Amino acid sequence: MVELSSVHVLYLLEAAKWTIALSLIALIGGALLGLTVALARVSRSKALRLAATGYIQVIQGTPLLIVLFLSYFGLSIVGYPVDSLVAAGFSLTLFSGAFLGEIWRGCIQAVPRTQWEASDCLGLGRLQQYVHVILPQAMRIAIPPTVGFVAEVVKNTSLASIIGFVELARAGQIINNSTFQPFLVFALVGSIYFAICYPLTAASRRLERRFHVVR
Amino acid sequence: MSYQFDFSFLIERWPAFAAGAWLTIQLTVVAIALGFALGTVCALTRVYGHPLLRRLIGAYVEVIRNTPLLMQLFIVYFGIASLGLRLSADVSAVIALAVNMGAYTTEIMRAGIEAVPRTQVEAADVLGLSRLQVIAHVVLLPAIERVYPALSGQFVLSMLASSVTSQISAEELTATAERIQSVTYRSFEVYIGVALVYLALSLLYRVGFWAIGTVLFVRRRRLATAL
Repeated sequence: MVELSSVHVLYLLEAAKWTIALSLIALIGGALLGLTVALARVSRSKALRLAATGYIQVIQGTPLLIVLFLSYFGLSIVGYPVDSLVAAGFSLTLFSGAFLGEIWRGCIQAVPRTQWEASDCLGLGRLQQYVHVILPQAMRIAIPPTVGFVAEVVKNTSLASIIGFVELARAGQIINNSTFQPFLVFALVGSIYFAICYPLTAASRRLERRFHVVR
Repeated sequence: MSYQFDFSFLIERWPAFAAGAWLTIQLTVVAIALGFALGTVCALTRVYGHPLLRRLIGAYVEVIRNTPLLMQLFIVYFGIASLGLRLSADVSAVIALAVNMGAYTTEIMRAGIEAVPRTQVEAADVLGLSRLQVIAHVVLLPAIERVYPALSGQFVLSMLASSVTSQISAEELTATAERIQSVTYRSFEVYIGVALVYLALSLLYRVGFWAIGTVLFVRRRRLATAL
């Protein structure tokens, strides 16, 4: 049995970098996907709307863990050797894309109808309307929930530990395997997650209050 | 692509999937009931309680909402066992899920309770209703009705999140899939199959919550503000 020491804490902090890296991958991929999905959801084409809705329903109706297993085991069997970082990044991107898509659709629809009509009158095309009128306003509404969702993604990266990717949760399990102090180790790991997520949720709340006052 | 898909074995193994799905339902229904009760009591305390209790509940909500469910599960299952209290995987799963759901429910219910207009509470006071009566008849039901969509959405998400309890060897749906996968080596088919079962479950839960909602909230009462 090994005593829990500062070496272990450093190891955890090192692993926390991978948690953050994985979150960033998921958020960048998820943001691109989410914007596409949100625009497809409010599109004039019925096919696009249906496709986006179907995608959101499937992702929000299945556990992230199953999506993770599908990308990890599934793709490697079909012939693409997938490593755990790629599989985790891929499935977390799918996950964030669906949730951000729904959040942002709501924000786009929260922009008053009159803004669309006014920009119609000014002779702006659909793309110009989005770029110059709708999206800038929607973005403002979207900031607080999006920041809150970032914390959600950070927490969900812990599932990557299950397919063997060494991030914070996996590092905790590894240390626990040698120290046999699960309570201490997982409380420590939990508090590192807390240190990452709390500022995000607190900022989300503060931003929400501020925007409400302005409007 | 040389891989031949074969979904046929899934049909033979449906009893195992059914057993796994049944345990998932049992675990999550108990956890939802406990989590809802815990969250409601916490929300009431958070709004009406002693300042010290309010802060305590605030801390509980923040700690749970800012840490992964997987870590909470490990603390309950491995952590508490190391302190001397050995709980079975299923019991640990229910406890962790309920404590987790309780925190989310607290936040949702608090919003509902705070949305009940002060004047209604005051009017009930004037009519001589006791504190408990006011809470039961004037505050709680309208509050639940107001936040019911958010609440049921959260419960469906929690049901899906219960898949991580497979990691402490609770033999629910995901664990069943992992076990079948490890004997058949047909991971893709197994996880596609299990994803469909989860989709069906979330549909079932949504329909169930909708049905409960229509029975519970007969629209006789008018909420003082729009839903």
